[in-house]
Amino acid sequence: MPHAASGRILVALNGVGKSFANGTVALGHLDLEVREGEFLTLLGPSGCGKSTALRLIASLSEPSQGTVTWLEGASARGNIGFVFQEPTLMPWATVFDNVALPLKIKHATTQETTQRVAKALDRVGLGDFAKSYPRELSGGMRMRVSIARALVTEPKILLMDEPFAALDEITRFKLNNDLMAVAAALRMTVVFVTHSVFESAFLSNRIVVMTPRPGRVFTELTIDAPYPRSEAFRTSPEYATYCRHVSEALSRAMEAKEVVAS
Amino acid sequence: MNEQDRFLRFILPLATIIVGGLLWHAMVRFYDIPPYVLPGPGLVLRTLIGDWKVLWESLLVTLVTTFQGLWLALVGGVGLAILFNMSRRVEYAFYPYAVILQVTPVVAIAPLLLIYLPQHLAVLACAWIVAFFPVLANTTLGLNSVDHNLRDLFRLCGATPVQVLFRLKLPAALPYMLEGLKIAGGLSLIGAVVAEIAAGSAGAGSGLAYRIAESGYRLNIPRMFAALLLLSVTGIVIHFALSLLSWLLLRRWHESAIERDS
Repeated sequence: MPHAASGRILVALNGVGKSFANGTVALGHLDLEVREGEFLTLLGPSGCGKSTALRLIASLSEPSQGTVTWLEGASARGNIGFVFQEPTLMPWATVFDNVALPLKIKHATTQETTQRVAKALDRVGLGDFAKSYPRELSGGMRMRVSIARALVTEPKILLMDEPFAALDEITRFKLNNDLMAVAAALRMTVVFVTHSVFESAFLSNRIVVMTPRPGRVFTELTIDAPYPRSEAFRTSPEYATYCRHVSEALSRAMEAKEVVAS
Repeated sequence: MNEQDRFLRFILPLATIIVGGLLWHAMVRFYDIPPYVLPGPGLVLRTLIGDWKVLWESLLVTLVTTFQGLWLALVGGVGLAILFNMSRRVEYAFYPYAVILQVTPVVAIAPLLLIYLPQHLAVLACAWIVAFFPVLANTTLGLNSVDHNLRDLFRLCGATPVQVLFRLKLPAALPYMLEGLKIAGGLSLIGAVVAEIAAGSAGAGSGLAYRIAESGYRLNIPRMFAALLLLSVTGIVIHFALSLLSWLLLRRWHESAIERDS
């Protein structure tokens, strides 16, 4: 995976704000650049607008002010992988059909679909479960299916909205490891939303810490440890130091909000 | 435990019905009730067998009407639900008519329809009127209950409205639609019977309900009971057939059709 600084800016959010019809201001004035090939994490407490930022990047929602600009000539915009907080699978369809959905909507040939789905399922370690139905799988496996579906079109950019928040810690660590391996193998740009300090420090090149409502960028941290990061990294003093830095930054972000509020 | 439970579920209802029949038989015997007031169960069964040819032909007429009504209710209910789902304005404009048709007692509509329509069509219209609303209401609910994240996913993949309808909305609405159909099955029979009774008093027709009315005029009470018995059995068979259909379509994926090991 190329280092953060070496990538071109794939998508930039300039002065983006988002308020909803009920008066909630989800994002204040967000400036954010996503560079090609980086693993960027948006970290912040609940309600800091990090999910909103992700939806704006995906064009699932329009900004109330400011602009979202994509790199000139980049095909990434039309091929975005999105992983929701819930697995969001169609319960009536098999694992194969769920993963094949993005291809079928784009009218891919049967042969291409079969090949790509098999590849995507292999990547997440579910090659043997193509014929299962979602309800027959565990929570972690469902999330793997969801990731396989996001990967099946081999997107340039993968957006993940707290994908592992509902999973137990063991499953979560395993999925963190596998996700990192896949992202590295596919040289994907990943924008990952989480409220877990440990997860962000383990996965990211770069962590953007956000303040609560209305969401703004509070500070930014770089995690310089080389990829692939292993279990050894998770137990290293180096990782512990990173976690402490991130945790302190998050605390300060919360305090900054309180100062503004009072 | 499970085996015993299954046995009881089968044997208990059978036992209560047999006991009820025996009580009925004993009452008729003990008070020496004449058959033109209350025939015993034995006589009803003998009439059922003896008059089988007449009753069977009438049953077929009623069954054809019921299934035509049910089929039209399915097509009309689902079609209208899709139309309502696609356009709010159409829904606003036509939903009141659906409610009016539903809340006006069919017994009151039947004589009117018999004035304007040929008899067979009038009976069919009655069956349809009472059967289509549950299909419409349930399908509408189902179409509106689609997972928001799945809808976003389809949007991200660039799905057309037709793809969203057939790949997402209709499958998601299927359990609701089948539940509506189950209710509609019984109602369609009731609608057909009510209209036949209304038509019967006008002096024409040959459905099972007409046989009941006709037998009533002729004080052929055993045949009334035999026809009534046949109607009940028909209703039960329709209910179980539709439950079976529902189970067959949903057993792999919907919670309602899944048996859990406890």
